[in-house]
Amino acid sequence: MIRFEPRGPVAVSRMIGVSVTAALAALILAAIPMLFAGLSVFDAYGLMIKGAWGSMFAFTEMLTRAAPLILTGLAAAVAFRAKLWNIGAEGQLYAGALAAVAVGTGLISGPSFVLVPAVILAGALAGGLVMLVPTLLKTRLGVDEVVTTLLLNFVILLFVQMMLEGPMQDPMGMGWPQSEPILDEAALPKLMDRMRIHWGLVIALAASLGVYFLLKRTVWGFEIRAVGENAAAARHAGIPVTATFVRVGLLSGALAGLAGVGEVAGLKGYLTADLSPGFGYSGIVVAMLAGLSPIGVVFAALFIASIFVGADSMSRATGVSNYLADLIVAISLLCVLVSGLFLRFRIRLATSSPAQETAK
Amino acid sequence: MALPAKDAPVLLRLDGITKRFGALTANDGVYLDLRQGEILALLGENGAGKTTLMNILFGHYVADEGSVLVSRDGGELAQLEPGSPHAALDAGIGMVHQHFTLAENLSVLDNILLGTEKLSALKSARAPARRKLADLMTRSGLTVGLDMRVSQLSVGEKQRVEILKALYRNARVLVLDEPTAVLTPQESDTLFAILKKLAAAGLGIVFISHKLAEVMAASHRIAVLRGGAKVADLPTSQCDQRQLAELMVGHEVSETVRGAGAPGDTLFVLTGVSAGESRESIRDVNLELRSGEILGIAGVSGNGQTMLARVISGLETPVAGSMRLGDRALTHANARTMIDAGLARIPEDRHRDGIVGAMTVSENLAIEAIRKPESQRFGLLRFAAMRDKAKAMIDAYDIRCQGEDSPARLLSGGNIQKIVLARTLEGEPKVVLAAQPSRGLDVGATSEVYRRLLDARARGAGVLLISEDLDELMRLSDRIAVIHRGHLSAAEPTETLDRGTLGLRMAGHTMEAAE
Repeated sequence: MIRFEPRGPVAVSRMIGVSVTAALAALILAAIPMLFAGLSVFDAYGLMIKGAWGSMFAFTEMLTRAAPLILTGLAAAVAFRAKLWNIGAEGQLYAGALAAVAVGTGLISGPSFVLVPAVILAGALAGGLVMLVPTLLKTRLGVDEVVTTLLLNFVILLFVQMMLEGPMQDPMGMGWPQSEPILDEAALPKLMDRMRIHWGLVIALAASLGVYFLLKRTVWGFEIRAVGENAAAARHAGIPVTATFVRVGLLSGALAGLAGVGEVAGLKGYLTADLSPGFGYSGIVVAMLAGLSPIGVVFAALFIASIFVGADSMSRATGVSNYLADLIVAISLLCVLVSGLFLRFRIRLATSSPAQETAK
Repeated sequence: MALPAKDAPVLLRLDGITKRFGALTANDGVYLDLRQGEILALLGENGAGKTTLMNILFGHYVADEGSVLVSRDGGELAQLEPGSPHAALDAGIGMVHQHFTLAENLSVLDNILLGTEKLSALKSARAPARRKLADLMTRSGLTVGLDMRVSQLSVGEKQRVEILKALYRNARVLVLDEPTAVLTPQESDTLFAILKKLAAAGLGIVFISHKLAEVMAASHRIAVLRGGAKVADLPTSQCDQRQLAELMVGHEVSETVRGAGAPGDTLFVLTGVSAGESRESIRDVNLELRSGEILGIAGVSGNGQTMLARVISGLETPVAGSMRLGDRALTHANARTMIDAGLARIPEDRHRDGIVGAMTVSENLAIEAIRKPESQRFGLLRFAAMRDKAKAMIDAYDIRCQGEDSPARLLSGGNIQKIVLARTLEGEPKVVLAAQPSRGLDVGATSEVYRRLLDARARGAGVLLISEDLDELMRLSDRIAVIHRGHLSAAEPTETLDRGTLGLRMAGHTMEAAE
């Protein structure tokens, strides 16, 4: 018989170990459908690694893909730390992108040191405000934010489509549902010549450090952790629980909004309704894989981005669908959820000798 | 009390049980017999190994050495399969845990039937179950509405459901872990009357406790555990409280005595306060607390104490009435304004409201003062200062933990209460609200709580002590008021009151009716 016994404090090394194990387990399990597709598993993974890390181009493409994942991963991580279940990063990302386009296509004009911060700010603000609605519904009326944030994704995507086929449609776009291009002065600068990699990555890395610092070192972070771990005790101790939720909601939405800014103002240059291949949802996987650690989010995002970019490349070489990437990402989420169980509980066969049990 | 026959068959034998958790030996070669018709009290401080021993008996843990022997159907003693709660249930061992294991959203009947029926059974056999339970209830006196939802029951009623659950499964050995920790004196008395009836009907009963008075009153035999080992096993008639206390603690113990008080000006006033809508509401509560006194609030659980404590803690806004601390009106207060006004709150559910288990001892000590300059500067936490302060508090309040950076959830109940005491009393508050401050604590931790409350009184604070333990209230309070169905009686000096009068008032009798 299998038994679960709760564990004591969990060391950081063990948490990292669990995430790495989950990622490896996902890769091993994904080999099964690969075999069905008639691939040699080693060749396939070789192609994926080459496609994501094998050349400067591949590497920068992978980093470009990682940038929005870091930000949506942080959005999920910071909200989940407070037990505010923001499943709406996808919608907040589009809201951020929409605001960035609105500001960056001629609403205001000026040099880039004015326009770029304005675009960034607008995107963050829009994402934050979108998340504010479910947060206030939760704190005021007790509405479940899982439902509201999830459904808002579709509301916002449809709103974006409406804008792109209406008021914000590019008059020069030959009738395509896309926005006007962002002004050059409003675009995020590239990091390297002839590569697509842009300042969005720097923003993402800075945001990761910022969230780490916030949670670890500041009063607000203390309050976020306390509310997330035990809201009743936090309230009793005089911590403003509602205000903390509002702050977390704004921050989480803003981070997702920044992901949208990067995609539209750093990469694409104009907004379409297929801007994000589900970055908001993948962000949840990233956050879970990272154990909700803001630094871990960076590494988890690199892993997920490598899978996506590598699978694209492998798919081109072998003709196997790149849906395989979605499969690996999904399996890795399942693996990390299962391994979370291993992290909190010690699993033992009842027949094993209890004398081997170690101290807590 | 009628003793069971000396030659009554042994129902259960723990034979040299040893259990180690790493370096800690929780049980050390414990040998224990339980005879049919006997009530055995297992006495010991927190951490003495009582609960571990019972968890081994029930198959939650596997002993490193020794074995559990059970007589099935009055036959020979046979070894019980270790590590299997299922085997324990089959052998007729029923356990009532301190924290109940009931599904709140199901009816009493469903909770009792849960797990007793085959999955493959198409229809649940309710009619025979009802008949059996009705019979059990009349014979044992454990009455409870079978169709009530468990969430609507009081704590005492939930406990009855747990016992009924065990009896329904034909338990012949009943183990109760700290059964009175959540009960009022009256509820405890009723419980013990029921247990005696059950024992007389042939059940073997083990109850775990650290309360000497009830152990003396309710058991036939007492086994004392200390540091995991059995240090005494005596018939109750040969014991006295003092001797038991010393056996339990391992050294002499001194009683907390309240000296003469010097009550001063009125500090804290509630005028016509009403709050809440459910059974747990308070109506038109008036209260005056003076400095340098302890005002006790007695009452049967579920009569509005929790709501009163929540209102004073700033967690619930009253619908009517006003609160005043000194010159400050506190009607629309939250927890923060209460703390800032100099009101210290010791919550009744310290695990839920008192600590954030995942955070460190140091963080839990600082949590109420996290926005004060001592803990932060420009919104940045001052870790070094917080740690230093935590170290000082750990010393001053003798908080037993593995350093200030260990998670608070690893601490025992008594040490968690010391964290709460340390952080609330540190700032020398003017008013202290102590809700059930000794609930579930052992002798040592309880006397520590008493000492701290008396210290606060001595330096001129007003202490509002909400408790369901009459002995505690009589010992500590200068005046006592009684809460019943949300109404609070006028406080009277403790000297003019006795247990009988208080008991009647707690049951809702007014002065006239009592005469």
